[in-house]
Amino acid sequence: MLRLPQFELVQPSTVAEAVRALAECPGALVVAGGTDLVPNLKHELFTPPRVVSLALLAELRGIRRENDGSLVIGAMTPLAEVAESELVRAQAPALAQACSLIAGPQLRSMGTLGGNVMLDTRCQWYNQTYFWRAALGFCMKKDGTECHVVKGGRTCVAAASNDSAPALMTLGASLEIATASGKRTLALDDFWVADGIYNKQVARDEIVTAIRVPATGAGHRGAYGKLRDRGSIDFPLLGVAVRLELDAQDTVAQADVVITALAAQPKRITKVAEALAGTKPGTAAFDAAVEAVGALAHKQCKPLPNIPGDADYRREMVPVYVRRTLQAAARREGPVHHV
Amino acid sequence: MRRMAEYRLEVNGDSLDVSAPDHWTLLEVLRYRLALTGSKQGCDKGDCGACTVLVDGKPWLACLTLARSVVGRRITTIEGLLPAHRANGGSGADPVQAAFDRCGALQCGFCQPGMILSAKALLAKTPQPTRDEMREALSGNLCRCTGYTQIFEAIESAVASELGLKPAARAWGAPPVSCAARKDGGA
Ligand SMILES: Cc1cc2nc3c(=O)[nH]c(=O)nc-3n(C[C@H](O)[C@H](O)[C@H](O)COP(=O)(O)OP(=O)(O)OC[C@H]3O[C@@H](n4cnc5c(N)ncnc54)[C@H](O)[C@@H]3O)c2cc1C
Ligand code: SF4
Ligand code: FES
Ligand code: FES
Repeated sequence: MLRLPQFELVQPSTVAEAVRALAECPGALVVAGGTDLVPNLKHELFTPPRVVSLALLAELRGIRRENDGSLVIGAMTPLAEVAESELVRAQAPALAQACSLIAGPQLRSMGTLGGNVMLDTRCQWYNQTYFWRAALGFCMKKDGTECHVVKGGRTCVAAASNDSAPALMTLGASLEIATASGKRTLALDDFWVADGIYNKQVARDEIVTAIRVPATGAGHRGAYGKLRDRGSIDFPLLGVAVRLELDAQDTVAQADVVITALAAQPKRITKVAEALAGTKPGTAAFDAAVEAVGALAHKQCKPLPNIPGDADYRREMVPVYVRRTLQAAARREGPVHHV
Repeated sequence: MRRMAEYRLEVNGDSLDVSAPDHWTLLEVLRYRLALTGSKQGCDKGDCGACTVLVDGKPWLACLTLARSVVGRRITTIEGLLPAHRANGGSGADPVQAAFDRCGALQCGFCQPGMILSAKALLAKTPQPTRDEMREALSGNLCRCTGYTQIFEAIESAVASELGLKPAARAWGAPPVSCAARKDGGA
């Protein structure tokens, strides 16, 4: 039995009230679906005096298409709805695929896209009960002073583990944010901080209201690949989002690969577009370029013993998942998953 | 700080007054305020599915739900299935519950309420699921005893009896329902 620490629950009915409820109570935390925050509270990773629930904010739910073709997904939209949305599947296949593989069915009806973007980083020395952590000796991210992953390390390398994030990065998505002083937008590329203790540029008293995904055209191809132990429930041991933009001749004009579950932020693989540009899916040249991108990713990614799963194995799986996910995107298939 | 919040939950068609601290989960309120102990407390952190209930028809983990956040929503627990079935003019147990019984889809039974509610959510959306669809829909429910095969057979048997099919026959493209032959022919 895991009890929650005591707190006051506030359930505002407008975003303005919610922002005020956060601002007037230092240390207050937001809860959306609660599927990340509630286990973390039960593990006493946070002990807020107040929790502000967004559950009643109907205005933050739903998916709409703007005149310019971009998709605006309310932060409180459940993951299951994002995964099943025809609009998202057509325009942003990598995002729909990533959401379809998050956790299990119950957690996808409860968990929201906003909560997924704002997911706390994960580490096997951190996502544990107070008893467990006390027995081992606490770490820098919570209650302690050292890092058990990188001996002598001065920066926490807990892993960004949100499956939607790399997909949103390949799509050039941005966040709409409500703050005590008004509104702002933030590109997902500028969202990250290389610090596992708090890896985001969105403060605890700010509320993500929507996720904006720019329009894509007929040549857009995207897919998501996820490595995990079981076919359900588990967080990623590796998450690979890819994007290809084909020109009128069906050759690659642009390409992007972003990988997550490594360290505090997802990693964009460099020189991917150069390797793939000008090749045509289905040809030997494309296959060779895909192979080369796999090798680039293998070189650039160094999984750590921060999350479960042998780090060497996860590293050897990097090129495998990069190749498979690129090939799946080119064939308009995916997600890439072992079941 | 330990203030009681007073609110009303809609559980199995009844409006029930609750008085509980803000930090109680729906699972705690169901079990320790409303005496609905059918929803099981397994891992208490989202991993096992033993606490699965339905919220507005969707499968939901009561152990991760702040109870007050589901005020005004339709909550169904395992205790609600039989009364709902009878209220709809049915006799006997709920067809999915009956099929789990018929097919021996349990050993210790701890996972069963959650399994049955996930199965109910699946059948409401997909009345004639394939094995793959069953696997996917039940993938958030762990069973440490059965090996799952009899659970899938139970769902197939429930579908077959709803369709009035002899469950031993290949019903709707799924593999043959083998459990039915064991006991009462799936009637
Ligand atoms: C067993 C299990 C398996 C899981 N597997 C996966 C997985 O495979 N992949 C994965 O990505 N996740 C996984 N999760 C985590 C979680 O279910 C999802 O990430 C989900 O999307 C979180 O959304 P939520 O609405 O429940 O967030 P919450 O728990 O409500 O919030 C998460 C964090 O974001 C903040 N927050 C939430 N909404 C907002 C907002 N609108 N504005 C500002 N801050 C906000 C909260 O304060 C909190 O810090 C798993 C969880 C469990 C329990
Ligand atoms: S990487 Fe893990 S062990 Fe190291 S400080 Fe971060 S959470 Fe703690
Ligand atoms: S008790 Fe809720 S998922 Fe295990
Ligand atoms: S019957 Fe024992 S856990 Fe499923």
